[in-house]
Amino acid sequence: QGQFTLLRDTRTDGSFLVHHFLSFYLRAGCKVCFVALLQSFSHYNIVAQKLGVSLAAAKERGQLVFLEGLKSCLDLLFGEEEQPGQPSPLQFLSTRDLRALFEFVRVSLTPTEQEAWRGPVLLLDDLSVLLSLGAAPVAVLDFIHYCRVSVCCQLKGNIVVLVHSNEDSEDEENELVVNSLCHHSDLILWAEGLATGFCKDVHGQMKIIKRLSLQQAAEQDLVQIYQYKIQDRNVTFFARGLSAAVL
Amino acid sequence: LVFTEEDKYGLYSNLLFKYFLAEGIVCGHELFVASAKEHPDNILKELPAPLLDDAHGKELGDEAAALKSEDFQDSMKIAWRYQNLPKMEASPTTYTKFGHYYDISKKMSPELCQSVKWHSFYLHEELPFEPKMKTWNMNSGYARLLQSIQRIISQEGFDGSDPQKKQRNVLRIGIQSLGSVLWGDDVCCSDAPEDPHSLTKFLYVLRGLLRKSLSACIITVPAHLIQNKAIMERVTNLSDSVVGLESFIGSERETNPLYKDYHGKFHL
Repeated sequence: QGQFTLLRDTRTDGSFLVHHFLSFYLRAGCKVCFVALLQSFSHYNIVAQKLGVSLAAAKERGQLVFLEGLKSCLDLLFGEEEQPGQPSPLQFLSTRDLRALFEFVRVSLTPTEQEAWRGPVLLLDDLSVLLSLGAAPVAVLDFIHYCRVSVCCQLKGNIVVLVHSNEDSEDEENELVVNSLCHHSDLILWAEGLATGFCKDVHGQMKIIKRLSLQQAAEQDLVQIYQYKIQDRNVTFFARGLSAAVL
Repeated sequence: LVFTEEDKYGLYSNLLFKYFLAEGIVCGHELFVASAKEHPDNILKELPAPLLDDAHGKELGDEAAALKSEDFQDSMKIAWRYQNLPKMEASPTTYTKFGHYYDISKKMSPELCQSVKWHSFYLHEELPFEPKMKTWNMNSGYARLLQSIQRIISQEGFDGSDPQKKQRNVLRIGIQSLGSVLWGDDVCCSDAPEDPHSLTKFLYVLRGLLRKSLSACIITVPAHLIQNKAIMERVTNLSDSVVGLESFIGSERETNPLYKDYHGKFHL
């Protein structure tokens, strides 16, 4: 509870982690607010169905609040004039201000009287898109900070955020956001593509960093490294060099 | 969304662009061609001619002949039950093949070009932007293009908004040399462009439009001119596929014996 998990990918696509956490928290009975900026609703729905969860049903019973970034963006730009009382969460496209997005998250996860879900969860895919859409890095960090205070501290919920990073990246703004978030996360799951290139049996390497140093002063972070292979309905992890193809 | 990084002189990316459009015509898709450099009418005149095999040509001929002979309806005596079935079936062979071959040395015939519906967007012929688009905070050329694409998608029913439309077709969108100076964006001229987010915002909105409709898009960009690598990284994350074309013309690789059978490299 109250955990901030950072999903990070380098040279590969870490979205399988997003799909995992989405179905994991929904199956656990948590109320989930999913800010999906990069793909359409049906994309996540199809994968979630393979993992045994129906997003449409979860949305209907009020367990899932889904912000489909691509669709909201089109509504904002091509739709009718918006009502003054209800600013679009993607208002920052014109105003560069992420407050409306934060309000959306806060309102979605604040429990109402009738609901009895276990713990709120904010899931965000992915933060790097906010920079591409014109938000300043400091604004993005402020937004995450506000979300942490609201979701992790006040509502005792969890936050899971996906960011992209590259080695020798020239995108300084992105590196700034990623590094700052790494320092503040309780758990970092870092999916990296293999340095040697594409391999059929090993899709990548996962570094799991538990930030024990945040809890106690003299503690060191616990780092575990595994390699993984993504299959149709699950992901298999194994120690480095010991994939099933080799043994 | 296929994002193509142009090669230095634009020869091969232009070719890829034309293949995409030509394939659309041969498959009967609708086209939308946008450019700030060449008028779309001229682009469409220069498409390569498809190589149709003899079997296909013969079937077309057969169908034409059958149509003419429809007047001679012989009534069937023994197999009278089959009388009411349609005279000929739709030719299935065109759909089982994936893709077609083209002959670059020949141009596509105007009749074939006219056989599909197409829309064009030539930046310099378009009207200046409307006031509502000021809130978009984006380069006006890009904003006009997005508006035009959105209008075609909703008018022609590619987003499923028109339930009356019986046959659903695919819209193939081709955008040439996006990001070049001709579009009014200085991302290719300077390291710190005036509005570094216009291109990425454009791609995001385009991605939304593509996901919501039956369409596919190819964009070519003079990536070798874009000096701000951060923008290229972001653009890569927003596309579904990125193809980089590196031609050997004018570089020392042209004369390198290792590469003598090839004209360039294709990065995917």
